[in-house]
Parts: sequence; structure tokens; C-alpha cells
Amino acid sequence: MPIELKMPALSPTMEEGTLAKWLVKEGDKVSSGDILAEIETDKATMEFEAVDEGTLAKILVAEGTDGVKVGAPIALIAADGEETSPSPPPGEGESSAAAQGEGARASSTPPLPNPSPAAGEGLETPSDQKTEASPIETEQKQKADTGTAQLTGKPQAEPEVPEGTATVSTTVRDALRDAMAEEMRRDERVFVMGEEVAEYQGAYKVTQNLLQEFGPKRVVDTPITEYGFAGLGTGAAMGGLKPVVEFMTFNFAMQAIDHIINSAAKTNYMSGGQMRCPIVFRGPNGAASRVAAQHSQNYGPWYASVPGLVVIAPYSAADAKGLLKAAIRSEDPVVFLENELLYGQSFDVPQLDDYVLPIGKARVVRPGKDVTVVSYSIGVGVALEAAETLAGQGIDAEVIDLRTLRPLDKATVLQSLSRTNRMVVVEEGWPTCSISSEVIATAMTEGFDDLDAPVLRVTNADVPLPYAANLEKIALIKSADVVTAVKAVCYR
Amino acid sequence: MVRSPKKAAVAAAEPIPNRERPPEPARFEASREQLLQFYREMLLIRRFEERAGQLYGLGLIGGFCHLYIGQEAVAVGLQSAMSVGKDSVITGYRDHGHMLAYGIDPKVIMAELTGRAAGISKGKGGSMHMFSVEHGFYGGHGIVGAQVPLGTGLAFKHKYAEDGGVCLSYMGDGAINQGQVYEAFNMAKLWDLPVIYAVENNKYAMGTAVERSSAEPLLYRRGESFRIPGIQVDGMDVLAVRGAAEVALEWTRSGKGPIVIEFLTYRYRGHSMSDPAKYRTREEVQDVREHRDPIEQIKRDLAAAGVAEEELKAIDNQIKATVVEAAKFAEEAPEPEPTELSTNVLVESY
Repeated sequence: MPIELKMPALSPTMEEGTLAKWLVKEGDKVSSGDILAEIETDKATMEFEAVDEGTLAKILVAEGTDGVKVGAPIALIAADGEETSPSPPPGEGESSAAAQGEGARASSTPPLPNPSPAAGEGLETPSDQKTEASPIETEQKQKADTGTAQLTGKPQAEPEVPEGTATVSTTVRDALRDAMAEEMRRDERVFVMGEEVAEYQGAYKVTQNLLQEFGPKRVVDTPITEYGFAGLGTGAAMGGLKPVVEFMTFNFAMQAIDHIINSAAKTNYMSGGQMRCPIVFRGPNGAASRVAAQHSQNYGPWYASVPGLVVIAPYSAADAKGLLKAAIRSEDPVVFLENELLYGQSFDVPQLDDYVLPIGKARVVRPGKDVTVVSYSIGVGVALEAAETLAGQGIDAEVIDLRTLRPLDKATVLQSLSRTNRMVVVEEGWPTCSISSEVIATAMTEGFDDLDAPVLRVTNADVPLPYAANLEKIALIKSADVVTAVKAVCYR
Repeated sequence: MVRSPKKAAVAAAEPIPNRERPPEPARFEASREQLLQFYREMLLIRRFEERAGQLYGLGLIGGFCHLYIGQEAVAVGLQSAMSVGKDSVITGYRDHGHMLAYGIDPKVIMAELTGRAAGISKGKGGSMHMFSVEHGFYGGHGIVGAQVPLGTGLAFKHKYAEDGGVCLSYMGDGAINQGQVYEAFNMAKLWDLPVIYAVENNKYAMGTAVERSSAEPLLYRRGESFRIPGIQVDGMDVLAVRGAAEVALEWTRSGKGPIVIEFLTYRYRGHSMSDPAKYRTREEVQDVREHRDPIEQIKRDLAAAGVAEEELKAIDNQIKATVVEAAKFAEEAPEPEPTELSTNVLVESY
């Protein structure tokens, strides 16, 4: 049976083309790789190569023909030994490429057993990548099982902090350090890399003393090459390690964002769940103090828009510790956004052996009944300050710390809104396409009936952050602006 | 302190302290069986890719599809020296040939090309994004050059875990101009990571010839300023490729750090299916096909080893049947269930 050659699609968008020129004529022998014709697509003139061997039995579409639809038969090839006299074009019945191929084989060679020379059979059901399979991990796993609140595949409630648990006043900086040290003791796959993390003891001293305890193999100073070391860390995670990659600030991670998004975030999906990337990218984010536009951006909204990433931005030291431990244990890539101005602030941290918090859960940091103020990271402090002022004016504000930006805990926000019916979002960052945009959209689409007033937001000014002290102050969020916004939504 | 110009000039004139270099690779002396295996694998890649091109023309494969036809000897020669289960491999978007050479089932590769649930990435990755962790094959990456730091990270893992493995990180003559490649080179040598950078120089980065894009067109030298030695080999001769792989593996496994190998090769087809390849003449392509084709070359080695024509014909038929079966499988397999849309975004639930 002759093989039907069809008008090929030579670009993803081609629907029809011109058969510009035949380079073979009826009766010619053709073999795989021979150029048969030139075809003009919507974009260019392309060469059309033979895949099958045989003799060109019949040309069905003459050269110069315009508007030949993709898939239309254009010629017939007879296999060796087959009759080469022109035969009527076959009907619509034979449309499958495989059927064509089968036809070619059947007519030219006897069927043979298929030895599948280079193939294993094991891939039909690809097994999940088990990062646990790493040989270095086995003994660590045993040590690990003493943990009190490990993340499993399911959502879990916040761990009970038993009545009477002592707390210790800890800076955010030390809480982050403790989280990394505890996880490094627990799991030998965890290592820290970044600029100045080891011998310098951390540009902001967050990795202080890790080198002394864990040595240079696990606390790795890198050159100032964010793109390269973010990619290297991502590759190590694909290979089964659990890297914690520190960016001196997230402003510099823009150099590395291709690996964070294209390599880390999309891998699990693109591999159909076969290849994981358990990595934490962490460092300070947002405005610091007088460092101007290039060092003062909040990337929360950027990363939170990417499916495949987990994005965490804690405020308190306890949350910083409990969520960084959870981030390191997660099998997903996590962007962990800290804040330089919070590093030195102290908060009470529960004195527990293994304080791990659930990812994706907001916290009501100040209960109230009149209005819901939603924020995250350093904005929570601004919101709390405003709530104190408002309390003196008879308005009882509930303050919610989102803590995780992706996945966003809409339930906690909407539940609060259903009680207060008024909302203000506070964000140390630009307003456009922001976390506040997302929270407001959520309130509108899922909490519309609960709203007694339009949701307002308090954000930084929509400008690159200026250097001058007075201008910087004007550009950043302030509690006074939150007080004004809350009064507006309360019609006071 | 101000140095005297005279002294500096003298210092500059002194030769760079000599560094240890790998020996010049020799052409691999393959047994009859090994020759047959190389032939089988290269032919499988060629026939598979021809069929993929055909399925693309029929609209069964969509999007971008970059064929490996002409470059078969590189993947086959290199992969034959690697240890599956110990070593790791990572490449760019021209990945079908690398996967076939690594022993991954043609059926699940072709089914991924047609976007079916039975594809190696459940139909969610497509031509450029395929992975087999089981085989130590880490993709399949669509961003030019991204696989180089990623592969360096896999090598970091080998060293960290002390598992004796080496990472083979492929790139093309286009990727090697990416800045991230040099960031990776720097760290690879700084930490003496076990990584082989295999540069497949097929002469054209999409449509731009090496000489038009590269100030230093001798790509094997690109590691020199990082003290990474480089060698250049004929990438159209599978035995030369295997010989270079032996040298590179010996170098990296003995803890001497990374190595660059440049393979001079050629792709017969366009950059992707929609490339009319007007940047080169038909005569140039024909000349390579006639004089340097890797499959024709090994046929001569096989003849010298006394392998009869009939034996090769039988292999040809087997390969044809394998590829036809893969195409049939890929066409008949069902598409992914709509519910697969939102699975595998994250591993855990939060």
C-alpha cells in the first residue's frame, strides 16, 4: 500500500501553505532525509524532507498551488517492490501517522520481534522522587522523628503551646539563626549558601556561628554571583539536598529570578510530579533605611504571583523561627522574605524543642470587633501601632498577620471580615498589582455581602524609593495613614 | 603601594605557572558488540527524530520541537561511558536524543511529545521538559544555559554526598555565551566539583553562526580563565567522543574538578521545526551528510570489524519497528484527564 504524504505543518501556527516547488518527480527513488519539496508557510519557505523510503509514485498537488491545507495529501510514495503506477488517492480512512508507518514496514519488511534496544520498561509509572533516598540521610531521619510538629502532606492546626510554656525574648535575627541551626542538626541534607554567610558571619549576622558549628562544607561562602549560585542551589535541590540560599537582599535576587521561577517553581509540575525542588531562598526584603530605590523593593507580590512557589513573610521572631523551620522541611521551593529593620527587634519565642508552624495560616495578632486590618511583615508593626491609637479613640481594630503570602489564608481574612464588615490592608510596598490588590479582590469576590464600606489600603507611594530623609519618610507607610484609612471605612 | 611598571612588565612576560592538563584523548577501541550497540543507539535516535518530525508535520506534536538529527554520536558516545544510578545528566531543550541514549523508553518520550497522559511528564512538560530521576536524567530545560548552574548544583550534591557520581552537563554553542555559564564555571573550579561540561558545537545558535556570536570561537578554551581545562573532539565520530568521555571521567572522578569538552558536530535539521535554515546552504548540509555522517562513519568501523550488511539490516528493521511502535503508542494513548490541570503544582498541601 502506498504511503500518503501530507501537507506538513511547519510551524506551530501554520494552517495552510503554498507548494512552491517539487524537487523530485514521479518515479524517483527517495530515501529518508531527501528533500522532496519546498513549501511556503505563513513565515518562510521550508524544505520538506522524506521520512520513508520508496519511490515517488504520484504527485497529487502540483507545484505552485496556493492554499494547500495542512494534512491534505500531496503525494504518494510506494515502498520498494510495490507497484509504482499512479493509483487513485486513498480515501479519508487512513489518517493516522502510525498506520502509515505500519503500512510502510509491513510492505517492505516482515514484522520482527521488538527488542527495544535502549529501553527499560520501568517508566510507565514514574516513581516519585524520594529525596529521603539520599544515603547521607538515613541516620538523620532517626534523629528527626523526635520532632513534635512535623509538616505532613495535610494541613494541620497550629501547635499547642502548652499552658505555662516559658518564652524567651529573642531577636528576629537570632530566631532565624536558631531555626537554621536546629534544622541543620536534624537533617544532614540541609546546608546554607550565599554571600558572606560563613567567615564574615553573615552580612546581617543572621548566619552567625553556623560556620563554627557546621563547618565549611555546610556553610558555604559564594562569589557575588546570584544567578549562578541560585541555579547551583536549585540543581543541588533537584539532586536531593535541601539548600538554604541566602540573598544578601532580595533586590539582588532579581539577577537570579529565572532560576527561582523557571527552574525551581515549575519543575514539579513540568515533570508530572517526578522531580522536586526542596529549596529555601531567604534574605531581607523591602525598604531598609536610606538605601534608596535599588535596595528597597518589596518582592512579595512578584513571587506570590507564581504557582509552584510558597512565599512566606513573617513579622515576629516566633513566626520567623517556626515558619523557617517549616520552610526548610517543606518539599516545595520556598521564598522566605525577611526584613532588615525587624532583625534587631525582640519578641517572645516559646521555649520548645521543636517549634514548627504551619505554612499557609494567617494569625490574628490583635483581636477586635470594629474593623479588620490585614498586613504582613513590617506592616504588621505599623498596623498594631495604629490599632493602639484607634483604641484610644474608641475603635477596636482586629489585626491579621498573613505570614504566608502564597498560599494566601483567605479563610482567616474572610472570617474576620464577616465579623467586622470593614477592612483596611497595610502593605510596605507599591500599590499596583500587590498583595493588597489580591486581598481586596478576595474581599470583593468572596466577601462582598459582608462589606459595609469599600476596602481601603495603605501602601508606600507609587514611586521608586527616594534617598532624602524627608522624602523617604513621606513615601513609606505610617501608622497615622492607617488611622485615617480605618476612620474612613468606619465612617468616623 | 605603587608597583614599578618595569617590574610589572617583567612579571607579565613570565609564563603562567603550568597547570596539570588531561591527556589528549584517543579514539576508543570498541569491541564488535560495543560497535553494534553504538550503531543501534544512534540509529534509534535518528529514526525516532525523523518520526517525531513527521508527527509534528501531521499536527500531532505541537509547540517547539528541536530535533537531534546529525548530532547522535555525541550523546551516544558520552552516555555509554556514564554509570546510570551513580552519575547524573542534565541538558537543554534539544533533549530527545540524550534521553534515548540514556536508555529511557522511546514510547514514553514520544507520548510526551504528543502530550499524552502516558508521557514521561504526564503530558505536562512537552518536548523541552522531560525528566527521569530514576535514570539520573534531570531534564530537559527550556531556558538557554540554565542547565549549566543546575548541573553544577548536581555536581555539588555528588561531592557533598560523597557518592562518587559525576554530572554531565550539556550545552550548545549558543548557551556557552550566557553569563550564568561563567558564574557556574567559577564555582565549579573554586570547589573542584565533579562536572563535565559537554559543549555541542553544531555551528549555529538558532541562525547565528559561531563566528558571528563568539569572540573566542574555540569554545573548548572558554574555561581556561577559570583554570578549567578544555579539549576539542570530533563530535561526528562516536569512538572519538567515547575516548574523550574516558579522559573526562578519569579527570573528574579523581577529584581534579570540572572539565570542558567541545564536540564539533552538526545538526541537519533547522533549530526547531519552524526554522527554514536559510542561514546556510543546502550544499553545506549535504557535504556533512556525505562526508561526516556519524552513522555512515560507524558503518565503516563495523565493516572493518567484519560485521555483515545483513546483520545491520536486521538492526535497521528492529529499530524501525521500535519507532513505529512508539509512534503508535504516542498517538493512541489518551490525553491527560482534565483534573491533572491542577495536580503537581506543589508537593505538599498547606
